[in-house]
Amino acid sequence: MSEQQNIQLPEGSIERQTTTLNLGPTHPATHGVFQNILEMDGERIVSTVSTVGYIHRAFEKIAERRPYYQITPLTDRLNYCSAPINNLGWHLTVEKLLGIQVPKRVDYLRIIIMELARITDHLICNGVMGVDTGAFTGFLYLMKYRELVYEIYEEICGSRLTTNIGRVGGFERNFTPAAFEKLHRFLEEYPKALKEFETLMTRNRIFMERTQGVGGISAERAMSYGFTGPNLRAAGVDYDVRVAHPYCSYEEFEFSVPVGSTGDCYDRFMVRNAEMWESLSIIRQVLEKLKNEPADVYHADVPAYYLPDKSDVYTKMEALIYHFKIVMGESDILPGELYHAVEGANGELGFYLISDGGRSPYRLHFRRPCFIYYQAYPELVKGAMLSDAIICLSSLNLIAGELDA
Amino acid sequence: MARPVQYNTKVKTVEIPEGYSGEGFFATSFDRVIGLARKNSIWPLPFATSCCGIEFMATMASNYDMARFGAERMAFTPRQCDLLMVMGTIAKKMGPVLRQVYLQMAEPRWVMAVGACASSGGIFDTYSVLQGIDQVIPVDVYVPGCPPRPEAIIDGFMNIQQLVHNESLRRRHTDRYKELMTSYGIE
Amino acid sequence: MSLTNEHIKQRLADKFGDQVSGFEESFGVLSFIAPKELNLKVMQFLFDDEELRFRFLTDLTAVHYPDRSGEELAVVYHLYNFQDRVRLRFKVYTATAAPQVFTATALYESANWMERETYDFFGVDFVGHPNLKRILNVDEMTYFPMRKEFPLEDPLRVDKDDEMFGR
Repeated sequence: MSEQQNIQLPEGSIERQTTTLNLGPTHPATHGVFQNILEMDGERIVSTVSTVGYIHRAFEKIAERRPYYQITPLTDRLNYCSAPINNLGWHLTVEKLLGIQVPKRVDYLRIIIMELARITDHLICNGVMGVDTGAFTGFLYLMKYRELVYEIYEEICGSRLTTNIGRVGGFERNFTPAAFEKLHRFLEEYPKALKEFETLMTRNRIFMERTQGVGGISAERAMSYGFTGPNLRAAGVDYDVRVAHPYCSYEEFEFSVPVGSTGDCYDRFMVRNAEMWESLSIIRQVLEKLKNEPADVYHADVPAYYLPDKSDVYTKMEALIYHFKIVMGESDILPGELYHAVEGANGELGFYLISDGGRSPYRLHFRRPCFIYYQAYPELVKGAMLSDAIICLSSLNLIAGELDA
Repeated sequence: MARPVQYNTKVKTVEIPEGYSGEGFFATSFDRVIGLARKNSIWPLPFATSCCGIEFMATMASNYDMARFGAERMAFTPRQCDLLMVMGTIAKKMGPVLRQVYLQMAEPRWVMAVGACASSGGIFDTYSVLQGIDQVIPVDVYVPGCPPRPEAIIDGFMNIQQLVHNESLRRRHTDRYKELMTSYGIE
Repeated sequence: MSLTNEHIKQRLADKFGDQVSGFEESFGVLSFIAPKELNLKVMQFLFDDEELRFRFLTDLTAVHYPDRSGEELAVVYHLYNFQDRVRLRFKVYTATAAPQVFTATALYESANWMERETYDFFGVDFVGHPNLKRILNVDEMTYFPMRKEFPLEDPLRVDKDDEMFGR
């Protein structure tokens, strides 16, 4: 705007006009179904109106009609880039309600799964940020390694993306030796790829120019907008649920919480990158600790809530009764009200559960981090260029499924 | 140091269609040639809304590499595309948008419903979800799965290729096709 | 000195007397009920107080209890204190016939969409909200789908036989 200040433009001329631009909901650059109606002054964004709800699927209403164990597949489809965190977060919530103590080994195995999920999520987000700045290479490099993680999931639960991993009380089967083998392979190969990706991106002049100072937010504003997770940490607040309210024995492991300073796209990228390294280090520590645990424990001993082995169901009376009770939703669920949060890949993923002792929750509310921080988007992109708006959108790592529930 | 020159010796060519050939000529039917050309140069339009879209990302990325099927170019404007790949839940709010995208595509156009949600609503039998995209637009191939594996998406894509290959040039002008379109309220 | 639930309870009781009630502690989180006219006053106190410092709105949602006449809807706030890492939950009850509750958007920017969502699902009318309209559902919707009396499935759908699904 300021470059042209010496030109005398007549009243009501082009300088005073704004253009309305519709971005979405099927725009290829918006990775997900969001509609933003941008008011543009030339190339600058004056104001933004966001519309969401294009894949609203009524999770919370479904959850009121399903027994507890059938809610796990629903949570898969919240943040599908890191489905296992949602699954295990739900199991942890139910275990807290029922007062189930799981063995240490289950905790450790869960941490492995959750950290792998965090890596896959951050990997996509950072890869896509590369794509949006014009660097497709990084994305293709990293996607290859996401397949390795999916192979580990397949070994553990038989499925790739929407995993439905684990059960209330533990895992439905033990980790096979092949799973550990694949895990070791991943730990061996992925750091090299990540290093290469970092070499490509972090000090890349174009990437830095495109992302630094774009979409920045101060710590106060970020907190007021309800940011959590990497986006809040990029603004300089070291809030991490794993540290603040440890669950699943996270307190036993050494890891640092990376923080940024300006909360811009570059900081968000760097925080996610650093978190991937931290996750890798956590997994290594867990593998070290697993050596001292009995190798055949993979679930808690709670027959009333944990589905018995299939061969027992056919041969033993108690197992058959428990199986019947669990599947028909007759197991005794305690009435209660609790909020349990886990550190999802995008931030604090909370489960607000009200149980009236019935077969399904009386009310289950998901605190979906995406939904809450996406409302800051108009403020983040105000005054920015149009292409910066795209980068800003991909750096927030918005997942439509989680946002719209 | 000079790099050794490598030639790609593993080039796979498509099969020659049936026809007559002789000294300096090859004759076959128009349908077959056009079918062959269309089949191997499909431009897909990924309409990815949710989880299946992430599996589609895997399908087009390094490991599964959809480009091998001549579908190298993801075009994101419906005017240029032949194949609409609908991946993910279509909510009722999204239904009109999907229909508009379909209407913007030029004939001949094909539609692939990837995943349970696009095919039938999937596990989301709720007030807000469209129970299958075939309620608003005609669908050629359904891919089952929640989400389908990349192999399944590729299989669905190869089925589309078969349809494209065998489709008569006159199909889009037949009364039956027009009837189908009218039943969806599309002129 | 870290903030204990006992202390929070004491401070609230000192400030608001018996207007705040229903204190209980479940799974380590203190929870209480405030009258709906006072929800902003309570939040402002919790926000401003130098000791309490609940400056982060974690979550805002509503619950529908059709059986409690006169207070069918409960609006639930989850607040968080970053310094002492304490969670707090409080509720205000309102009737479906008069679902007016004051908005928290002046205190927390994040309340904006959460309140729109709550309005969309339950029909809680947040007085003073800058843009209270539906967010997830289509604008033409005439009912509030998360209330208990409405069915999950679309009643107009024709292609699924409910008997086959055991409903």
